[in-house]
Amino acid sequence: MSDGATEILVRGARVLGAEPADLLLRDAAVADVGPRLDAPGALVIEADGLVALPGLVDLHTHLREPGREDAETVSTGTRAAAAGGFTAVHAMANTDPVADTAGVVEQVWRLGAEAGHCDVHPVGAVSVGLEGVRLAELGAMADSAARVRVFSDDGHCVSDAVLMRRALEYVKAFDGVVAQHAQEPGLTAGAQMNEGELSGRLGLAGWPAVAEEAIIARDCLLAAHVGSRLHVCHVSTAGSVEIIRWAKSKGWDVTAEVTPHHLLLTDQLAESYDPLFKVNPPLRTKADVEAVREGLADGTIDAVATDHAPHPVEDKECEWAAAAFGMLGLDTALSVVQEAMVETGLLDWAGVADRMAGRPARIGRVGDQGRPLAVGEPANLVLVDPAARRTIRPGQSASLSRNTPYAGTELPGRVISTVLRGRPTVLDGELV
Amino acid sequence: MKRHLLSAGDLSRDDAVRVLDTAVELLALSDRPIKKLPTLRGRTVVNLFFEDSTRTRISFEAAAKRLSADVITFSAKGSSVSKGESLKDTALTLQAMGADAVIVRHQSSGAPHRLASAGWIDGSVINAGDGTHEHPTQALLDAFTLRRHLAGDTGDLEGRRVTIVGDVLHSRVARSNALLLSTLGAEVTLVAPPTLLPVGVGSWPVEYTYALDPALAKADAVMMLRVQRERGGGGGFFPSSREYSRRYGMDARRMSLLPDHALVLHPGPMNRGVEISAEVADSARSVIVEQVTNGVAVRMAVLYLLLSGEGTTR
Ligand SMILES: [Zn+2]
Repeated sequence: MSDGATEILVRGARVLGAEPADLLLRDAAVADVGPRLDAPGALVIEADGLVALPGLVDLHTHLREPGREDAETVSTGTRAAAAGGFTAVHAMANTDPVADTAGVVEQVWRLGAEAGHCDVHPVGAVSVGLEGVRLAELGAMADSAARVRVFSDDGHCVSDAVLMRRALEYVKAFDGVVAQHAQEPGLTAGAQMNEGELSGRLGLAGWPAVAEEAIIARDCLLAAHVGSRLHVCHVSTAGSVEIIRWAKSKGWDVTAEVTPHHLLLTDQLAESYDPLFKVNPPLRTKADVEAVREGLADGTIDAVATDHAPHPVEDKECEWAAAAFGMLGLDTALSVVQEAMVETGLLDWAGVADRMAGRPARIGRVGDQGRPLAVGEPANLVLVDPAARRTIRPGQSASLSRNTPYAGTELPGRVISTVLRGRPTVLDGELV
Repeated sequence: MKRHLLSAGDLSRDDAVRVLDTAVELLALSDRPIKKLPTLRGRTVVNLFFEDSTRTRISFEAAAKRLSADVITFSAKGSSVSKGESLKDTALTLQAMGADAVIVRHQSSGAPHRLASAGWIDGSVINAGDGTHEHPTQALLDAFTLRRHLAGDTGDLEGRRVTIVGDVLHSRVARSNALLLSTLGAEVTLVAPPTLLPVGVGSWPVEYTYALDPALAKADAVMMLRVQRERGGGGGFFPSSREYSRRYGMDARRMSLLPDHALVLHPGPMNRGVEISAEVADSARSVIVEQVTNGVAVRMAVLYLLLSGEGTTR
């Protein structure tokens, strides 16, 4: 199937949850929107009862290629993304070799384009080798074919204040943003789970909220000082939400994301010592979950980003301390957001579209994604059946890995179709 | 009793008393010329020690042998577990050998939970110390020792005051003792510098304080925890071993503040001159050597109750 060669008529979809309408997609764009459209010869997608959203945009995906193709490849990861309703993902830089040169980001970008399941926007490393010592060639990555705009040492915190300041200043030259994994390293040496009553009881070294909040506060002040853009990755604590709310109230250019798992799961799951629940930043308390939900609802937190982190079975089928941090997220993100935000009345579908497509696309400066479903706009969309319920099975995912924390859990919503620039990547719930 | 012994919190008061009473009977046996009981003949008990601990390993081995079990020991040194074989693969090997009980010592908190819950093995799992989490049989032998001296072997620890001093943050012994002694009705007070108390200790079923001297006059027993020297100085939890022993060490002066009947315990191995002075360790109040003897009886009781099927729910 070639790009945009097919006409698609989506019949009776509730665009952003509103009254049903038809959508005609032609030449990779939305050609018409209205009641009872006619398009002889078009591929018809019956969307009765389905909600149409702009294709989802993930700011935080670990595709693992190059280097850990046993856990995920660009191809398998982007298939999982399409199945989850995404039409664009940002591929994190902590690959092997690290995505800290134009060569590596172009390789990842090209692999994404060849696979064709969704757009892949490589994230460039802030520092050479993620070592936090000297700046990587940010300008070369920005000017490369991959057109990198988001820079992050994710997995590591840019803890050196001077390096962080320089990075924030330097990316202004090409309208970039520094996405910080906020974790004060000294306060989290050997940390295994949220520091609190439970970590003390389980004898697992604690990862205190202050280690996240102290870095976020510092970075907000630095971003304000140099007049640059800061994006805070995977906000997990109530205190972080408050600090970001304060920074935004000052008019500073600070944005933030939250993962689906931090919207739904709590540290109590560590009691099983099952490493499927080991993640960085760690699962926090119920009060933190409520605070990040509120933050996402009121816009303090701009985006939901999956932090999809595939790991091979042996890295999770072991004792807690030996296990890798991270969990899958692409397949289940929209369902978790429906459960945590829509069914609780905190967000409507327009809000979901804003937090999972519109704002993340703007933060990543991805011009052709996260746009409204209106005439002349790119034909990137997802059709979701909000009435469906499904029980998550680890083997269902297109991901090479199985480390979902939701195995056996029933979640609402199901992606029925995903369309990337007028071309279906998912039809009738199956990958094309 | 539950099928596994992973945490002292797994034991109800009845369970704990039953283990302790059984241990009293078994201890009497060790005074007889024939020390072996045929109870676990034909059963296989595996000692799986990922972390070196000669004392605990020997104690469990002796306990299992006195019950006539077949004992297999996997130690970190000289076996596949030292070559990075995974917990899972080791477990599958033990399962193939038909292990009825696996006694596991591991440097990672929760490793025994994984063994017990991941579906790799059918046998009972006994936690012989995991990371900084728990060491339930140590707590049982401490309770046994306290009962002998404070409650006439089979009496009650209700209302007895036990002060636990030292590195609570990193101590599996402290966690298990806090749970078990509270279950048995004792009043536990933890004493440590604030840096060595875990966040959230306020929700434990114990009192805690930062000052040792005022806690001594009312104590029926004081349990001194081992403090690793590397936690001080560059380790950052306290300024120096010297300052630590001045503020939290048990020496002759502090011993004189204790009531006459009060005991001094230590799970071993001791750092003489840091948390305990030689004078105290070797004094008449010290029951440290006796703790070792009691350890065998208590572990026999645990194996007996878990494996003979008496009162366990499988
Ligand atoms: Zn991260």
